[in-house]
Amino acid sequence: MKHLNDEQFGKFIKDAFPPVTGDEPSRDLWPRMLRKLDDSRPRFSWFDWVLVSLMALLCLIAPGAIPGLLYNL
Amino acid sequence: MELQERFINGDLEAFEVLFRQFQKEVYSWIVRIVRDPGTAEDLTVETFWRIYRARARFDPGRSFGAWARRIATNVSYDHLKSVRKEVEFSEEWMGETPPDPAVRQDTRKRIRAAFAGLPPKLRLTATLALIEERPYEEIAESLGVPVGTVKSRVFRAVRILRQKLKELGIEQ
Repeated sequence: MKHLNDEQFGKFIKDAFPPVTGDEPSRDLWPRMLRKLDDSRPRFSWFDWVLVSLMALLCLIAPGAIPGLLYNL
Repeated sequence: MELQERFINGDLEAFEVLFRQFQKEVYSWIVRIVRDPGTAEDLTVETFWRIYRARARFDPGRSFGAWARRIATNVSYDHLKSVRKEVEFSEEWMGETPPDPAVRQDTRKRIRAAFAGLPPKLRLTATLALIEERPYEEIAESLGVPVGTVKSRVFRAVRILRQKLKELGIEQ
């Protein structure tokens, strides 16, 4: 094939790609968006709650442990 | 309170309104870059996810659409970086045969393969400039770079493509 100038080359490249058809998603994406938002929320397991409760209990029973706990945070 | 201000404050209903208002525009922009509808849907959701996370940085005095497009471009760019170079644009989704019969199927495949081998930044810019024929100003705004940078990237992409097509014996 002969050498093409920039304009011809641009057309040559463009012709290799069929035009994009369909400007809209095939379905409503909002439900997927909601799922993604929901998945990203931090979740606490029962074990986390047990740990927090134990910490709170320890602080109530032995307030002297608070500085030690804060130091280890 | 204005819709965009409510969105900045994390109001989910305001976000839904903006999502429904702009999802088509965002999808349409992304599908032109990645040229695969399934991937474009995934990336549209990813774009709005990033938009929601970055809502505190949105300036309500500016266009939401332009901001969304810029994020969509970044998301598309990240996708292009993550996929293998050899992966061609989705064949099964390729539409009708282009009007120019002189460009044969085999040649078109090789051109697409050469195009897919471009560095992601050049590929993204060249897709919008050469295939979609979007104005340089619009591309520059979506990439957050000066128009001169867009021109330079297109120039470099064309140079690389010419070289590759010469190696393949497609151009002299």
